[in-house]
This record gives sequence, structure tokens and C-alpha cells, in this order.
Amino acid sequence: MQHPLGRFLARRWALLFLALELAVFSIAGRGFLSLNGIQIVLFYGTSLLLLATAETFVIVTGGIDLSVGYLMGFATIVSAKLCAALFRAGLSPALSILLATVGTLGIGLVPGLLSGLLVGRLKVPAFLATFSTGGIVYGISALLIGGVAAKEVPLLANAIGNSYLLYWAPGRGLSLFSRPEVARGVHVLEFVPSMVVLTAVFVGIGAWLLRRTRFGRHAYAIGGNLDAATRAGINPGRHLAAVYMISALFASLSGVIYMLEYVTGKADAGVSFLLDAIVAVVIGGASLYGGIGTVGGTVLGALILAVLETGLRMAGVQTFDKFIAVGLILILAVLIDRFFPELIHKED
Amino acid sequence: MGYLLEVRNIVKRFGGLTAVKDVSLGVNAGEVVGLLGDNGAGKSTLIKVISGVYPAEEGRILFQGREVQINSPLAALAMGIETIYQDLALAENLNTPANIFLGRERLKRWLGLLPVLDNEYMQSESRKVLAKLDIEIPSLRNRIRALSGGQRQAVAICRSIYWEARFIIMDEPTAALGVAEQRKVLDTVRLLKSHGIGIIVISHQMHDVFAVADRLVIMRRGEKVAERLTRETNPDEVVGLIVGAETVV
Repeated sequence: MQHPLGRFLARRWALLFLALELAVFSIAGRGFLSLNGIQIVLFYGTSLLLLATAETFVIVTGGIDLSVGYLMGFATIVSAKLCAALFRAGLSPALSILLATVGTLGIGLVPGLLSGLLVGRLKVPAFLATFSTGGIVYGISALLIGGVAAKEVPLLANAIGNSYLLYWAPGRGLSLFSRPEVARGVHVLEFVPSMVVLTAVFVGIGAWLLRRTRFGRHAYAIGGNLDAATRAGINPGRHLAAVYMISALFASLSGVIYMLEYVTGKADAGVSFLLDAIVAVVIGGASLYGGIGTVGGTVLGALILAVLETGLRMAGVQTFDKFIAVGLILILAVLIDRFFPELIHKED
Repeated sequence: MGYLLEVRNIVKRFGGLTAVKDVSLGVNAGEVVGLLGDNGAGKSTLIKVISGVYPAEEGRILFQGREVQINSPLAALAMGIETIYQDLALAENLNTPANIFLGRERLKRWLGLLPVLDNEYMQSESRKVLAKLDIEIPSLRNRIRALSGGQRQAVAICRSIYWEARFIIMDEPTAALGVAEQRKVLDTVRLLKSHGIGIIVISHQMHDVFAVADRLVIMRRGEKVAERLTRETNPDEVVGLIVGAETVV
């Protein structure tokens, strides 16, 4: 289907669900429907969004990536350690953060390549390959951290991680990225966390890659019919290696962002997001059998979960109730996929 | 006039089993040859040798009068020898144009820079080739999964034709189709024939084979046991040859 709007409407049950959620939490949770409330949803949603986008690439090819959470944790530690080391070596805070980010994304590609080769070349089932890779990465993370949190990350990291795109202070007008200096007690309005902007850019690139390019088309073909893809001259081994590396890249990026936001590295930083990431992809209309799914749908799925999480928390509901809700949503989504596939699967 | 495609003395063994024993056959341009035989007669193995899936132990393949080596399915495709398998080899999650152009997508520059899929071009070209073969698909944007068996068959044929197949091998093209769709597929086969394409049809449906084939080649236990012009034989004789009730060579 050509109109993104049309494709969204084809999955309108998910959109309606999101609207319903927003309505319920606006009534139940004080301060939910406000500039702050929405920004909190987005801020907490960045990790989930990036991991779910990573997962979308793999699920489209008919696999599943169980390593994204561990990879995110690994990236928080690697980036924190790198950043601190570069800073100690005398580099400026900005340069050490930049180099640490690039370095972490590069290092993160290695486990992605490992999973990709196992799945693509050696035909290891995806859940086994990625779970093993995830385990190795988790172990390395624990070794690296050695029980002590990464220290001496330059303060600039914290400032970047918690900055906003736009600020508005009375009498000072708008300013971009830098918080205006104001007297104590003066309220500064903040618009759109910078990390949300960064996330949106990368998720946008992911959506473009999957939807508009030959690379994306071949990923769908591999997920739909491996034999057909092979007979059409596609090299599934090489393609799958690239897909798992892209997944790893998104997971690592979410780790770097986490490090900037919380200025620390934690091996299990991403573990709790794994189930949510998979559920977000499925709610977004992807099929766990492969070949079907879009980043647009995944964004919708991730928003539903982020609103649920934040909304329940702001309404004062215990967070374990969220898991029950997530489980129920997953069952609903899978049932719709199973019994009314024409609702979401007729056109691509 | 020489054959468009000719195989001479093909032998294919799997361990101790000889699946194809010294089989020769030729197909002219614009001719439909029906390949018949019971299960295990060696038909599928023979066509897999021609389409590059299995290498033959012995024998030669000549295409357009020249001896060729077909070492892989891609080598066969590059020569213009297309095989339409029973399972169709379509990606059911993609739509018709995506399948016709799979692996050979047309690209354009996005913002003058990055290569992206040119979906409009692929859609209009698909429409053209469907019209050429007189095939109707309700919506080109529907996934293949939403199409009927006959429509899928048609898409697979269009894919071959668009990429200028000179020779098409069809494995059970009418199996699992409704009556109207079987007729439509047979019409398409006749149309392909009129375009000068050489065709081998494998089928268990005696009626279909008699409806389209000019010549029949019958195999039994890996050997070619008979060759008949369709107009000079009848289903009874052919069934006899398939099951080996008569020993006519």
C-alpha cells in the first residue's frame, strides 16, 4: 500500500488501542496528558523503540534476536569505559564522548556478525544463535564491569543525555539545545528530549532501509520464502549477516543513549526490554513466521507499551501489573494475526 | 531445423540408484512436449538436470544448437531456461511486481542520491506483461498469499516471460487448480507457444497434456520408453505405456 496513513488504518485496532490508553490514563493519572507526561513517555520509550526496531529487522527475515537486551547492556558498559578512558587520556569531553560512541557502535557489530554467521551460514536456529551470543556478551559485560560501576565519565555526557531540543524561558525566548541561564525559581519550558530526536532519526533511517531499498525488499523475501529468494539470486548467508549486524547496531545505540542519560554502565540495563521489544513488533502487525512487519508498525507498538508503562506508573499501579497487561496484549495481537490475517496481511 | 533444447544420453545416479538412464529428447521452438511417467519414473530428476539443480553424470545438453554446461539454477536462468516448480518459488508475503522483479529490482535515485526501489516502474511493467499474457490479477498490491492458485501460476509465468525466457519447464502446472483456472493456465501455455517459446510440461493430468502438448515423451523406471505425436496416440495407449502394460518402443 502506498499511503502510510492507509497502512496505519489497516492496523487501526492498534491505533484505537493507543487512543483508548491515552484517554484512560489522562483521566486516571494526574499530569499524564501534559507536556511533561508525554515527554516522559518518549524519554522512557527510546530504549524500547531502538530495541524494537532492531528486532523488526530480524523478525522480518523470519528469525528472532534474543540478544538485543544483553547487547544494550554491553554497550552501556563499553561506552562508559571507553569514554572515561579517553577522557583520562586527556581528550576533551566532547571528543571522548564522540569517539566512545563510534567505538561502541563498531564493537557492537561483532556479536551481530557472530549471530548472523551462525544463522545465515551455519543454519543455526535464530533463537539459539542469538541467545548464545547474548550469553557471551552478558558474561563479557560482567567481566568488564567487575562489580564496580564505570566511573569518571565526563559530566558533559549527563548534560547531553538529559538535554532538550528546545528551551523556552520567560523573557529569554527560545534556545536550541542549551539550557538558558536563569535565576533560581524561574521555570524553563523544555521541548523534546535530544535523545528522542536522535532515536527518531535512527528509527527513521531503519524504516527507510526496510521499506524503500533493495536491501529491505530482499530481507522480506528471505523471511517469506527462503527458496524463492535463493532462486532469485539473493545470497541469504550474506544478507542475514548484515541484518543481524543492523540489529546489533540499533541495540548498541540504545546502550550508548542509556549511558548518556544515566552516566553509568549496567550489564542488565536492557534485559527487561527484551520481551517488550518483541511484543512491540508483534503488536505492530509483524508476523513471527517472518516476511511481514514494518518499522512504522513497530513504532506504534512501542508507543502502546511505553504509554502503558508510564501511564500505569503515574497512576500508581504496581509495575508487575504491566507484565500481565503486556501478556494479554500479545495474546490479542496474535489472535488477530491468526484469525483475521486479511485485516493486516492482504496488502504490503 | 535443429532443436531449441536437446539433451543427449543423460545419466543421473543417486548412489546405487540410477534415476535417469540414457535419456535423450529434444524440444523445438514453439513446441510443447509433455513429459509423462509414474511417480519415480525419473521425470523430475531429468528436468532438474536441465534446470541446473543436479549435475548429470553423463550426457550432453545443447541449447540453440550449442553445447552448454548448466551447473547451477542461476546458469540456467541466465541462458533463458526457466523452471516453474510446483511450489512456484514465489515469496507469498510480497506482491506481484515485487515477485516478478525479485533479485532484479529496478532502482531509482532518491533525492538524486541514494538508490531506492522504483515501485511505480515495476508496477507498470508488471501490468504490461500481465496484459501481454491476458492475465487478470485483482490488485497488483495484493500479496501473493491473497491470490488463487491459478493467479499464482500466472505470476510465476509472467516472471519468466518478463525476463525473456526462451524455454520454460512447467512441473504440474495444473495440479491443485479449479477447472476454470486449469483452462486459463492451458490457454497461457498455448499463448507462450505462439510466442515461439519451447515448453516441457510435466503432468499427471492426461487430459491437460493431450490438450496442449504436440509431442509426448513417456518415461518408466528412469528410461524413456516411448515418444508419440499427440495426434497419433490416445490416452489409453499412453496409460499403457506409463504403467508398462504394453512393451512398445
